[in-house]
Amino acid sequence: MSKRSHITTTINNESVDFLCEPRQSLLEVLRDVLYLTGTKEGCNDGNCGACSVIMDGVLVDSCCVLGVEAEGSKIETVEGLSSKGELHPLQKAFLEQTGMQCGICTPGFLIAAKALIDKNPRPSEQEIRHWLAGNLCRCTGYDKLVRSVMTAAESMAEV
Amino acid sequence: MNKPEQTKSEFRVLGTRPIRPDGLDKITGRACFSDDFHLPNMIHGKILRSPHAHAKIKSIDTSAAAALPGVHAVVTGDDFPKVENKLISQGAAGMINIGEVADNCIARDKVLYDGHALAGVAADNPHIAEEAVNLIKVEYELLPPVMDVRTAMADGAPVIHDDFYPGAFILPTEKFLPNATRMQLGSGDLEKGFAEADIILEREYTSETIHQGYIESHITTVNWDDNNYITVWTATQGAFGLRDHLADVLLVPMANVKVVPLEVGGGFGGKERMYMEPIAAMLSHKTQRPVKIALRRDEVLRATGPSSGTYVKLKFGVKKDGTLVAADLHLAYEAGAYAGGPIFLGAIASTSRYNIANIQINGFDVIVNKPTMRPYRAPGAAQALFAVEQMIDELASECGMDVVDFRMKNLTKTGDLLVPGFPCAPIDTVKMMETVKAHPHYTAPLNGENQGRGMAYTMWFNLGDISSAQISVNPDGSVQLITGSPDLSGSRMTFAMQAAEALGIDVENVSASVGDTDAVGFSLPTVGSRTSYATGAVICDLVQDVLEKMCARVALLWEIDAELVSVEKGVFSNKEDSKLTMSFQEACEKLHETGGPITVHMTGSPQSFIPGTCVHLVDVDVDPETGKVDILRYTVFQDVGKAIHPDYVEGQMQGAAVQGIGMALNEGYYYDAEGHLKNASLLDYRMPTALDIPMIETVILESPNPLHPFGVRGCGEHSIIPPAAAIANAIHNAVDVRLNSMPMAPHKVCAAIKQKQAAES
Repeated sequence: MSKRSHITTTINNESVDFLCEPRQSLLEVLRDVLYLTGTKEGCNDGNCGACSVIMDGVLVDSCCVLGVEAEGSKIETVEGLSSKGELHPLQKAFLEQTGMQCGICTPGFLIAAKALIDKNPRPSEQEIRHWLAGNLCRCTGYDKLVRSVMTAAESMAEV
Repeated sequence: MNKPEQTKSEFRVLGTRPIRPDGLDKITGRACFSDDFHLPNMIHGKILRSPHAHAKIKSIDTSAAAALPGVHAVVTGDDFPKVENKLISQGAAGMINIGEVADNCIARDKVLYDGHALAGVAADNPHIAEEAVNLIKVEYELLPPVMDVRTAMADGAPVIHDDFYPGAFILPTEKFLPNATRMQLGSGDLEKGFAEADIILEREYTSETIHQGYIESHITTVNWDDNNYITVWTATQGAFGLRDHLADVLLVPMANVKVVPLEVGGGFGGKERMYMEPIAAMLSHKTQRPVKIALRRDEVLRATGPSSGTYVKLKFGVKKDGTLVAADLHLAYEAGAYAGGPIFLGAIASTSRYNIANIQINGFDVIVNKPTMRPYRAPGAAQALFAVEQMIDELASECGMDVVDFRMKNLTKTGDLLVPGFPCAPIDTVKMMETVKAHPHYTAPLNGENQGRGMAYTMWFNLGDISSAQISVNPDGSVQLITGSPDLSGSRMTFAMQAAEALGIDVENVSASVGDTDAVGFSLPTVGSRTSYATGAVICDLVQDVLEKMCARVALLWEIDAELVSVEKGVFSNKEDSKLTMSFQEACEKLHETGGPITVHMTGSPQSFIPGTCVHLVDVDVDPETGKVDILRYTVFQDVGKAIHPDYVEGQMQGAAVQGIGMALNEGYYYDAEGHLKNASLLDYRMPTALDIPMIETVILESPNPLHPFGVRGCGEHSIIPPAAAIANAIHNAVDVRLNSMPMAPHKVCAAIKQKQAAES
């Protein structure tokens, strides 16, 4: 076993320290070291987007980031989307508009959609489809999922 | 006792769109899927898999792996009891050879496909386990691989099993060739039929092996304790099947095995079978610690669940007036390493929607050196439809008929005899065709020279058979509903809605959950579009029991005969004094005065083979330079009997359609000549993304199913069946070429166009 490094990060606005081996991905650290299991593993090679997190404002597949690379960074995961018991408009839309079925890809889509809306508050359907093409959903056929993102963006723009 | 109302307007709960109980946990990341489950003291397993498609195992040396620091145990086939070959019943799903189930989980003498498991390691963490797996040395004697159905059926093909049990998925097949079994269905006189035909067409079609593609891998945690009790926590479509198979393979009593179903991250048929549980159990047994095994994505693609590649040969005869008079079908499906592919389902799906007086189906279940084929949402049906609905399109064109009119002319209706010999249960197929023809999509103009429209029609069937449910009525008026049917995409809510409708209470007062195998009675898996229909029907029957008991309790309070109490829409009343009433809530609050809370359990077995129909209409744009096919517009029409939760029904229609589109245009396994899978990743096994697909329009038809109290038909599978055929017909309409090979990937479309251009010039 290799020597573990002491890493200091901010996760969902809280200071978090952890120890990790050089070979451990950020995804593995989140799930198996910090027990933040909301972020999912689908393929572990950057093709499905289930492990999407926002790192210093950039959408990344956490399976393709090493834990040690997270030093000093600010990370947002699905666990940080709602605050003080208030659901994020994206969560609300996915829940009310059946934007999910089995739910395994849902955290990744929520985070990817948040990264989109952070950059582009009123995306078109085509922009949403293009942005979300890095995330795979096998259940919904994307119809209700894309509509949920459109609804959330509209409701956020109205506020 | 009042039966639930059947008139549409009477529904209070069905047809509404309440928010599912598990939704909040899934949008906040709190839901417990199989990989989110942890136990104290748990260690991690990894599996050694064969790099060869077909080989004898000469020796396995695990000494270096066992010596690696951090490794706790290593197991090979020799650590397991020898399981005799024996066909065991799977209820409506037919029979399965448990000896082959065992061999598929861990090979002993021979490996039969790239990825076949042959050893397991448990270590402190998955990284060490993986390192140890790589230290295991195996000597193989390579055997020639057999990689497709036509090679496997040819004279002189290498023989994969010296002896084997014929597959019996739904119905038994009979041994026919060294690598194949056969099922024959048919009626009438084929020769006479073809003699009557004015037009006869013969065509051949192929398709590749495909995968269900669920985003959650296979992950299991198993603890085998000192008292010889085994507990499994995993995502499964069928906890009882897993329990029974694990017990049979490890030779322990079924009562000693408990399977706890966790949230399922997609199944589509691929999560109803046991894979790593025997290895995890044996590693747990050896280490006396809980063992978790999570498959990597490449292992999922190489060694779990794929669905049959096919070779289909058709000969159809039709009269000039459009009457189908003869059909000769040769359907060869890959079984994978062990017999038991979906040959009966492919056969019944191929032509059941049409009346063809003279028909013969020869179905072949063909063993090849690929993983054991498992169901994928309407197993075998899309492949059969890809062939037959293109044939129908060609025949309609030969007769100069509109494609809907041609189908209408040959349409199977209620009571018509289906190919397996039983009559079609009630359904309004004429209404389906009329609805399609009247829909604006059917006549909307196409814009562009390379655009085309295609249609395909299917009839598919719900399994019924065994489901169990338990209802507890609490003194606060709340109701718990436990079923043995794992929830893949919202069935807890659709069960709660059916129970609330039947009980006459609000759905918010019903809490539905999936029980473990100790908590509820035997249930067949969530497969075959059976859950909302069959488990739902059992719940409705169970509610009648509950209401009967509640009536008796109310009778005690009123000090009258139980026969004099009736109940309707959640209100109890005295038949002799209509002013004397009591609400369900009030009756609950007095349960402790009348004998305590009520719990009732029921196991039922609703009828199988309930038909459901759907039509897909698709507009495509074909780029003749690249062969890329873009979907411009897509409409799904589906008869679901009664839509319990319309959002979920639409979601099933849309999701299934997009899986079908993936199968049509992109998805397929690529094996090299030695039988190595070359595209075992989600980059190279190319499933549709949001960018590939437009919005999917849905039209729900509701012709009630008389075998369900509310008229429900299961609707999960049907819409995966028509897309490939509809798209093939649309491509033909657009650029005048026929694609007879799935997936209709750009290079094949391009080649077909070039071939046509060459022939014309």
